[in-house]
Amino acid sequence: MSARQQVLMLWLASSALDSRVLGWSFFDGTAGAGPQPTDDPPYSNGVDALVDGWRLLQMSPLTPPVPGHERDTSFLQHEFVFERIIDLTR
Amino acid sequence: MESLPLLTTDQMASFVARGFLRFDAVVPDEINAQAIEELPHLFRTWLDEFRGVSSGHTVGSDDELELPRSGTPLAHAYAPESAFGRMTRVPAIAGAIASLVGAEPVVDHHFVHIKGAGDLHAQGLHCDAIIDQGPAFDIQLFWFPHDVAPREGGTRFVPGSHLRRVNMDDVARYHHLAGEQYFSGDAGTVVIFHQGLWHAGAPNHGTRDRVMGKLRLNPTQPQVRLWDTSDLAPRNRADDHMFARMDAGMVAAELRRSEPWYEPSVNRLETVQRARLWRYLSGDAEFDVDWYLTRTERRAALVQP
Repeated sequence: MSARQQVLMLWLASSALDSRVLGWSFFDGTAGAGPQPTDDPPYSNGVDALVDGWRLLQMSPLTPPVPGHERDTSFLQHEFVFERIIDLTR
Repeated sequence: MESLPLLTTDQMASFVARGFLRFDAVVPDEINAQAIEELPHLFRTWLDEFRGVSSGHTVGSDDELELPRSGTPLAHAYAPESAFGRMTRVPAIAGAIASLVGAEPVVDHHFVHIKGAGDLHAQGLHCDAIIDQGPAFDIQLFWFPHDVAPREGGTRFVPGSHLRRVNMDDVARYHHLAGEQYFSGDAGTVVIFHQGLWHAGAPNHGTRDRVMGKLRLNPTQPQVRLWDTSDLAPRNRADDHMFARMDAGMVAAELRRSEPWYEPSVNRLETVQRARLWRYLSGDAEFDVDWYLTRTERRAALVQP
């Protein structure tokens, strides 16, 4: 087996995995040999990625605001990282 | 100074909400043609210097375009007959500059970005410089002197990203964001960015090199009521936070708009950031959008130290 990892990152509208996708990125350990996303976005929410076989690796923790910076805006809040392993010998 | 076409209140409110203003085909063809001749030369000169290669030109020679130093007043930075000099004197552009950064801005820097035909590299999303403190801001002019078709290297940018506190390319992992734009448009289009707007060089699937001249300007005076404020007073009210009864004609109506990539909770915080910026620009310390600042400031004033 020649296994390679694909990584899908989704940024969602809330901390819930079934909330809608606001942004996404795809990083391909198969260098194009494996299946590729075709839609933009590839899924309408995070759960749809699970249904399609992606495994959740990490989600953003919920952290209280930094005192004095409660109203600052910065990075997208709700980041979910998925992986799937592709067997290139098949 | 002759009267310039200053920005309207609607344009200023849109700039505060979205971080950019677009002026389509505003630069005449003759100046664009000059730019297409001059700008690549500027780029090659820089590239040669970067690589440590002699360009074969000597400073001050007839074919060497004189470059301004950072901090040079815009009025003196570029010869009136040069491409940048002529572009910044186009009345609509000069009026926009005066409205945003005043009558006497200084040049921070300029650069010529060339995206070669067939160059499919997607630059990482970033904002320029570092984490700049607000509310005062610089502007960056992105000048496209030739037609740019979709997918032919037009700059990628993210409306409404300009007030987020991030540093440079720490946002590069965001490859696709709902509502982001890739510039395409007619020759002579200038897009003016707030300094903080996230952007990136985009792949050029076309058959011609894409040339773009970028110019960053710093204000030298408070950016307070520099635009055409003749309609501002009746539109600057903050007391329309009544659900389903918000006034469409108020500045606040533009400042409360969302972007497709915003989380709903963060959209409210963005509204606060915009209200603070509008307080600075309008000189109205009590301006607010949806009462967010007012109620908390009034509560805080009740607490004895």
